[in-house]
Amino acid sequence: MSARTTSLWVALLAATTLLAGCERPPVDSVQRGFRGTGMELVYNPRTEARVAAANQVPLVTPPGDSDAGPKAKDIYKNVPLLGHLGVAEFTRYMAAITEWVSPQEGCNYCHDPANMGEDSKYTKVVARRMIEMTQHVNADWKPHVANTGVTCYTCHRGKAVPLQVWFKAPPQDLKSNFIGDRYGQNAPMQMVGLSSLTYDPYSLYLLGDQTIGIGAATALPTGHVASILHTEQTYGLMMHMSDSLGVNCTYCHNTRNFKTWEGAPPQRTTAWHGIRMARDLNNGYLEPLTKSFPANRLGPLGDVAKVNCATCHQGVYKPLYGAQMAKNYPVLLESASSAAKVADGLPPPMSEPTRSVLYFGVGSSTLEGEQAKGLILLIATLSAKPAAKASISGYHSASGELAANQQLAKDRAVKVRDSIVAAGIAPARVVLDKPLQAEANLSGEEPAARRVEVSVK
Amino acid sequence: MADYQNLFTQVQAVGPSNLGVPLGDGHSPRTGTDLPQVHLFGRLGMPQIGPIYLGPLGIASIIFGVAAFNIIGFNMLAQVNWDIVQFVRQLFWLSLEPPAPQYGLSLPPLNQGGWWLMAGGFLTVSILLWWTRMYTRARALGMGTHVAWAFAAAIWLFLVLGFIRPVLMGSWSEAVPFGIFPHLDWTAAFSIRYGNLFYNPFHALSIAFLYGATLLFAMHGATILAVSRFGGERELEQIADRGTASERAALFWRWTMGFNATTESIHRWAWWFAVLCPLTGGIGILLTGTVVDNWFLWAVKHGVAPPYPLVFPPAVDPATLLQGVKP
Repeated sequence: MSARTTSLWVALLAATTLLAGCERPPVDSVQRGFRGTGMELVYNPRTEARVAAANQVPLVTPPGDSDAGPKAKDIYKNVPLLGHLGVAEFTRYMAAITEWVSPQEGCNYCHDPANMGEDSKYTKVVARRMIEMTQHVNADWKPHVANTGVTCYTCHRGKAVPLQVWFKAPPQDLKSNFIGDRYGQNAPMQMVGLSSLTYDPYSLYLLGDQTIGIGAATALPTGHVASILHTEQTYGLMMHMSDSLGVNCTYCHNTRNFKTWEGAPPQRTTAWHGIRMARDLNNGYLEPLTKSFPANRLGPLGDVAKVNCATCHQGVYKPLYGAQMAKNYPVLLESASSAAKVADGLPPPMSEPTRSVLYFGVGSSTLEGEQAKGLILLIATLSAKPAAKASISGYHSASGELAANQQLAKDRAVKVRDSIVAAGIAPARVVLDKPLQAEANLSGEEPAARRVEVSVK
Repeated sequence: MADYQNLFTQVQAVGPSNLGVPLGDGHSPRTGTDLPQVHLFGRLGMPQIGPIYLGPLGIASIIFGVAAFNIIGFNMLAQVNWDIVQFVRQLFWLSLEPPAPQYGLSLPPLNQGGWWLMAGGFLTVSILLWWTRMYTRARALGMGTHVAWAFAAAIWLFLVLGFIRPVLMGSWSEAVPFGIFPHLDWTAAFSIRYGNLFYNPFHALSIAFLYGATLLFAMHGATILAVSRFGGERELEQIADRGTASERAALFWRWTMGFNATTESIHRWAWWFAVLCPLTGGIGILLTGTVVDNWFLWAVKHGVAPPYPLVFPPAVDPATLLQGVKP
């Protein structure tokens, strides 16, 4: 072999070795910010095709009449969550949940075939709590899940244990603690995108509530302390989010400064709520179930399987590409708090000594029924405190024209002010306060968003 | 006649070993008199290996350097449980980390940053000894000390990153870990923590000198190669006695960009560009966190960062709004 051929082979081998970890071009990039600012999303079409194939929506049975036929609670025992459904609808839910969670194992995965009503299997106890968790997510975490909501399938995908869950990482065995402390980082872990960052950011941020923001709010030092180690921990969480959603940093962040919210895409707000949602679910629903699970379902430290962004998202910016699955299963959209909703579908008005919240119908700036009573309570509060001032802010929901909505939010605030003044409160004590962001939810018609907030000081 | 066609020298002059100028009093003897000539080395540069001069400074430097290298290496090996295969597989991820923030500038336990301090200290001693050796060797040959001062510029950046800035910040944890990917992650985290280093003007200067130095190197290398057929590679002679090679090269640049460096000044240009890269970079790092906490906000304040039209609906930190959700 000539010297030239040898060097060619060496060069080829070196190039292969160095590039083996890279994705092959071409990749697609999508501009989404102002030109020249690098606000781009980068997609590998081959990865996208693979992820799309793995995130298909299963067949959905259309909802029937939930009141038709005898109630499930009159026929079956021990059905606290779904007993108010007609028996046909009840059966549809049971079949769907089986299909979503234990298609191979069938009904008996949770139920004792000898006595379907018994809570003898741990899976049944867990499943009931998970239905409550789903309802909680859909009803109370609308800033994250909007009106799309989630179902069991969003995480489970036909598996009894969702594919993407996390356990606490066992601490490194330091032996005599003489040499080789890894500081909980510097290992090629998929969960932080194969970076050398902290490999258990979940315990810190999705179970604990360590401060995520590490950037300084002022140009010059003013006492803000955040170490590089802390920064790397946050960075690890962000790598996980990026990996889980199949997006790069600019999906949520302004390229110029990750800290500043100015110029940041609205997805950052959704993600902000998502982090808190995962933390809420881990602490409020999953950790308390630890004792319900058998040891083989627990992690190396005996902790329960917990959720992170990947549990639902599974590589997609919206789980199942935002498919509207949950609307076919309206019980999953209910929650304990929704029982308080009155007939007009609005939450009850809130009347506290320093804060009132009054709700409006779609496109309406008139307070009706219970809401009008809330206004009367507010006027009573102001009459009782002659020195107090009321500051009124109007809000609207996300659906509809923005300009018309902003006018509507203003009309609502003005209407409340005029009513208060008409009741004899001095006009100087009632001021309008335009909120920074009048749009109170991200998409759709959300009753809790159509409101006027009044703070009394 | 044979000529150069690519990177590799195709014709090698092989003759008796060149032992260099005589050493004066007070110098250790050079190592090696019967010197090997390696053909492969000759393809890249000079085929002759040696004579080597280590002297007390060189030997001390190597001892400290090897100590630092071993501390780092054995820490990495211990991290993978002394498994050589895993050591090789995970090598790029492994690292010797500085002490955690809670230790400040105090002496941490050996395994919680003590090894890092020791390795950093040894490495610093090794590098400073090597610098002294470069200085004295240049003097021994009657040369100027340009190489030593260029090396000093790099040492400045090294010391700012690992010693001066951490001391000013009051925490060893601000320093760079010894690891391949970990030091890159440190760089990214450093920029994110301090509001995007892109807006640090000294960082910008450093990059300008970095790219400028490579550009100058390419221009100069290309020019000299292009006029080597006229004897242009004998640069020192061309400096003292300008010949047709220099004149053609100079005219080429005046034709193409209206101005030319001289055969002498181009080397000063290149030296300063190379040296200013770590000098300005070190200043930029030194100011970060000590004097400026968020470079983006600093740049906005001083009109460096231009405003762009807002493309998205205004987003506000939800923590400041609390729109009826749990924080």
